[in-house]
Amino acid sequence: MMLYYLIILMCGILFGCGLTISNMVNANKILNFLDITGNWDPSLLFVMLGAVLVTWIGYRYILKSKQPLLTEKFYFSQKKFIDINLIVGSAIFGIGWGLSGYCPGPAITALGLGIMDAFYFAAGMIISLLLFYFIAIVKKDF
Amino acid sequence: MENFTPISALIGGAMIGLSAVLLLWVSGRIAGISGIFHGLLPARSNDFLWRIIFLIGLIIGSQSYWFIPQIHFIPRHNYSILLLVVSGFLVGFGTKISGGCTSGHGVCGIARMSPRSFLATIVFLVFGFITVYLLKHVWKF
Repeated sequence: MMLYYLIILMCGILFGCGLTISNMVNANKILNFLDITGNWDPSLLFVMLGAVLVTWIGYRYILKSKQPLLTEKFYFSQKKFIDINLIVGSAIFGIGWGLSGYCPGPAITALGLGIMDAFYFAAGMIISLLLFYFIAIVKKDF
Repeated sequence: MENFTPISALIGGAMIGLSAVLLLWVSGRIAGISGIFHGLLPARSNDFLWRIIFLIGLIIGSQSYWFIPQIHFIPRHNYSILLLVVSGFLVGFGTKISGGCTSGHGVCGIARMSPRSFLATIVFLVFGFITVYLLKHVWKF
């Protein structure tokens, strides 16, 4: 159990390091990527490229096993088909992302650097979390 | 193409990938930050602590900043607080509905060759592009 949580912590640290080293915690860098008609900075594409390559290779090997090392099963989304929620949700996410240049990972990581923008962004995320929690309570959906 | 930093981008990306691989291998979980975050509430026993620990790890990981002068930057300031809160809310709302974000769909989903994730990534990228174009070049924010 302790080992499990230690490894989880290491994963988080590794992830946060990756976001920091690649400068994804710098909202202006993200906005420069999203600003395709301006002084375009394609760095984010390379972050995703590096991440997808490593993940793709690693996942192929891992998924040969029936279960993970320390838990009972793999937790994948059961959704197989493209639905309206996927498209509308992604659009809303994209709009939100463009408004500040933050998405969940970089924002939470940036909290560690004391960046005030990230705190306000995180507050907005928490509001959405509470909203869905409230909806779940009302629907008795858990 | 100013400020293009391909090497640190690839290295950082590879670290993210390594984290995702380790997380799946050990716990069977997808390294999608929005998913990890949204799963905090309602809190479920045996499914809460690992999320908090992972997110704390993110914050600890940020401290690598102090050891690498080349990645130092001046954080943006004087940005509209309201816009930041709205942005956070829309990101939280949108990722909940779509089931993922740049790490969930964009990295892990694509690595799994999930058609849903390919589409989600294209859609949020396009809307990100459009939003910044409008904000910067039309409304001159």
